[in-house]
Amino acid sequence: MSYGETEAVRGIDLEVMPGEVFAFLGPNGAGKTTTVEILEGYRKRTGGEVSVLGEDPERAGRAWRERIGIVLQGGRLDPYLTVRESLGLYAGYFRAPRPVDEVVALVGLEGKADERARRLSGGQQRRLDVGMALIGDPELLFLDEPTTGFDPSARRQAWDVIAGLRDLGKTVFLTTHYMDEAQRLADRVTIISAGEIVARGTPEDLGDRGDQATTIRYRAGGREVSVETTTPVQTLHELTGEALARGEQLENLEVTRPSLEDVYLELTAAADTVPAEVAE
Amino acid sequence: MTGVALVAHQFRYDQKAFWRNPASVFFTVMFPVVLMLIFGSVFGDKNVNVDGGVEATTYYVPAIITLSVISATMQSLAMSLVIAREDGRLKRSRGTPMPPWVFIAGRIGNSIVVALMMLILLAAIGRLLYSVPIPWERVPALLVTLVIGAASFCCLGIALTAAIPSQDAAAPIVNALLLPLYFLSGIFIPDDELSDGVIQFANHFPVRDFFEAFLHAYVPATHGAAVDWGNLAVVAIWGVAGLLLAIRFFRWTPRSG
Repeated sequence: MSYGETEAVRGIDLEVMPGEVFAFLGPNGAGKTTTVEILEGYRKRTGGEVSVLGEDPERAGRAWRERIGIVLQGGRLDPYLTVRESLGLYAGYFRAPRPVDEVVALVGLEGKADERARRLSGGQQRRLDVGMALIGDPELLFLDEPTTGFDPSARRQAWDVIAGLRDLGKTVFLTTHYMDEAQRLADRVTIISAGEIVARGTPEDLGDRGDQATTIRYRAGGREVSVETTTPVQTLHELTGEALARGEQLENLEVTRPSLEDVYLELTAAADTVPAEVAE
Repeated sequence: MTGVALVAHQFRYDQKAFWRNPASVFFTVMFPVVLMLIFGSVFGDKNVNVDGGVEATTYYVPAIITLSVISATMQSLAMSLVIAREDGRLKRSRGTPMPPWVFIAGRIGNSIVVALMMLILLAAIGRLLYSVPIPWERVPALLVTLVIGAASFCCLGIALTAAIPSQDAAAPIVNALLLPLYFLSGIFIPDDELSDGVIQFANHFPVRDFFEAFLHAYVPATHGAAVDWGNLAVVAIWGVAGLLLAIRFFRWTPRSG
């Protein structure tokens, strides 16, 4: 799968199960959008096999499009159509659409149903975008960075909508560069960095990295001290023992295990060296 | 929905969006009306020495209708399609089962309907304010001329989007192409004030051919036949060329970002 002169992604091997929320996580420029556009049928690949709902997206036709919904990264709406009208327009494209009012409720825009898109906040516009992807009642939904640029409350509302999709039995392919988003929403996470997959598993598995060092931090004699150890009980015992013997305090004592965020940052650190031409 | 029903569905929503957009209403509807009023008031008592001589207002009514048809089709489509493309709206609609030709047909239908409304509006203004007769016996010829012209300029507008890289570039590129042609083709400045060289130059472009065809259809004194097939054929050839370029170069995905 290459793009211009640079190979954007290579050796990517993914399997998404029906009914799950699958997060494709990685920093900007990692190749997420390139991959998802190949799956959506927007982009041709230079190699490899792809099967989405049993068909090759490059050759799939109208019947296949009836079964998928797409929320593009940063896609805008017709500013002069209302929420209900935008959904009504898209409903006409599908053979068996969901009722418009039902979708309005699904994305939590009941109070804004007759508001023109230009009057909606960024978060509301993206929820309408999700609604337009849901109107055809698809089995599979692609969400490309659905909350980028959102304030915390708009993100929380978008998350509630996405979490609701799982309850509807939809399969969701979510790309994101937010670890917490993947952790909150996904059944399974695959991490991509610089065009290659660097980790995969459930959010819990990815966080459980027993071989990672624990960090012990404290202040002593006016200095910040930070100790990394793979045997935290022993190290802590020694440190506190010495402090007690000297009659000192270990001010601001803190023991931290690597968070998911740390794991993610470590796994994707290579992305800093990605050439600028890489897709996204 | 069948193809035709789907086009009607798309058209209905395009109409809503069109009439709610202040920019499209101003440039496509109000601007030609204002031009009509200006030219009518300034040159109202003059004569234009074209094909035996007609009153200036009789000349300007078909001239401004010509402009409004091109504005409702080529200009309006090129601008709105580039904006929709760069917004990602064209790309989104391509992700649905809707066939792409339905979308384009809906937009062309929208433009042609607006062009027809401009014909009615400007003809009525010409009749009421400047007593320019409406050639009722030539209504079929007017409609044939308008529809062939409108469809051709739609194709040219769609083809032109391929040369427009961004939303910001849309208005400058479209105006840089059309405004000079309006001046050189006799739409703002009557034929008898233009030199032969200018008219010969303008003859290379379809604005002039369409204007001549429409003037001949609208003002019986200028030309024998109601439908000026010669000029219309040239317009149609431009339209087909535009269509071929559009099929080859039109894109649904944003060019910037």
